[in-house]
Amino acid sequence: MDVVDRFLGKKTAAEGNGHLPGDAGLITDSAALTTQRTPWQSVQLAREPKRPHSLEVIDGLFERFQELHGDRGYRDDPAVVGGVAELDGVGPVVVVAQQRGATTEENIARSFGMPYPEGYRKAIRLYRMAEKFHLPLVTLVDTPGAYPGPEAEERGQAEAIAKSIATMCGLQTPIVVIIIGEGGSGGALALAVGDVVLALQNAIYSVISPEGAAAILWRSAGEAEKAANALKLAASDLLKLGIVDGLIPEPAGGAHTDPQATITAIKSALIVQLDRLGRVPIADLLSARYERYRNIGVVVEPLPGAAPVKKEPFWRRIMRPS
Amino acid sequence: MPFGRQRKEFPSHLWTQCPTCGEMLFNKQLARNHNVCSKCDHHFRLGARERIELLVDKDSFTEHDGDLTSGDPLGFSDQKPYPQRIQQSQAKSGEKDAAICGSARIDANAVELAVMDFEFMGGSMGSVVGEKLTRAAERALAGRTPLLIVSSSGGARMQEGTLSLMQMAKILGALHRLDEAGLPYVSLLTDPTTGGVLASFASLGDIIIAEPNALIGFSGARVTSETIGEKLPKGFQRAEFVLEHGFVDQVVPRAQLRERIAYFLNAFRPSARDLRWSL
Repeated sequence: MDVVDRFLGKKTAAEGNGHLPGDAGLITDSAALTTQRTPWQSVQLAREPKRPHSLEVIDGLFERFQELHGDRGYRDDPAVVGGVAELDGVGPVVVVAQQRGATTEENIARSFGMPYPEGYRKAIRLYRMAEKFHLPLVTLVDTPGAYPGPEAEERGQAEAIAKSIATMCGLQTPIVVIIIGEGGSGGALALAVGDVVLALQNAIYSVISPEGAAAILWRSAGEAEKAANALKLAASDLLKLGIVDGLIPEPAGGAHTDPQATITAIKSALIVQLDRLGRVPIADLLSARYERYRNIGVVVEPLPGAAPVKKEPFWRRIMRPS
Repeated sequence: MPFGRQRKEFPSHLWTQCPTCGEMLFNKQLARNHNVCSKCDHHFRLGARERIELLVDKDSFTEHDGDLTSGDPLGFSDQKPYPQRIQQSQAKSGEKDAAICGSARIDANAVELAVMDFEFMGGSMGSVVGEKLTRAAERALAGRTPLLIVSSSGGARMQEGTLSLMQMAKILGALHRLDEAGLPYVSLLTDPTTGGVLASFASLGDIIIAEPNALIGFSGARVTSETIGEKLPKGFQRAEFVLEHGFVDQVVPRAQLRERIAYFLNAFRPSARDLRWSL
């Protein structure tokens, strides 16, 4: 079952496992995972401070990376890094990623990998560069989420994220997304719309952090582990749900125990995917990308003639103890 | 306030107190005034059906995809199982999910409409909202009509996990096609419009209109103020603040919405003008 078949509409992302061939060690069937982890363990591993972060991965994947700065509007956000690089056997690419810090000092400088609007606007600028010069776009996703402070609100955090997602939806160049650590909600999605979305085996990707969900739904941030289990945010769950197309294996103890081996695994997977995508005509690529996202979601559409929903009578509602 | 009447003489199913000016408002009159305080213009929230009635030409609304209901893709249960929450919300609101979509006319302009309803699980966006809004955008594209989306939401629906997050990308894919086709998309922001809804379709209208004092923000105010350890500026995340900072086109009182939206639909309607541009 070839990736090209999917582009021709023969199989959809939502059909889950196995629609990418298990080449270059890519795991496309979660049952094939040798180390089964609980979601909470994945959360810990994805957030492990010694896990390779984006710049380290970029350094290992590519040659001659030239980092580019600025959003051409306000400032250069260190929480998003990107630029032009060369990939063995593929050629020049544009790469964009969120960047966490390795030390507390660096984390503060990079707002813990939580981008401001100017970070997303830098990303958009780089996407357009890839499109203009017909270079493939590679993104690495690793962020707790978009920065939630008031300056970010004032400078249009929501609009920046929306614009970033929308730009990726229609971008006329192949896009490969790799979730290397934590995919924190919309702040992650802004860099994560692609033709192929891969994730490291212990990565996570969630609509809300387990702590946030615990505080809102279980009324106690201490229930984060329960929330993590419920949210199905681990890479193997994402594979089953069709949100991620394949998993890149990590060393048995997690990526941080052998960053080099991890990066090598990412590189093999990336080269194979870019090679395939490079051979698909752009119009077909865009159709397939549309269909990939079009088919994600679960709804129930009752047959005609099903019983209508009855609104609770007013008197019962006001009599019901709250 | 009528002289001599005590609070207990205003049963809550007949009267509502305005949170801004304190006036006691008779519910029937409040509804006739489209849930706007007749004394101080405080805008209460408005249900989706009432919103549709307010905006469209009389009897012009045809609902589509009204039968879609949520599944339980994650088998999610916090303090209640997700299917139970859905059932309870359906019983309470009379609606199947948090958005109502259909075709209508606004000042004779054919338009595809999607209206969110905060009463249903806080207007949260899950697969059903995603599917309905995507279909509305696809219908607009197929029929070459404008699209109007009225947002009212606390954000993405947690009980569907990352599938809810994906709905943002799904809807934006369809909106991108609409944009490429040169069709107008008007985004109306009502109280509250937050989280993943604001960070996707709500922020990308060709025209973005907000209701007065609507809460429009990406992060919850508590998270924001905890992040910086300070109190927030006055009016933070309210429509007027967002206007000043450049992220909505206009703040329009509810009574003027229909006419204002019609103005833009008329202005952007294809005409002989378009032939001239294509020559």
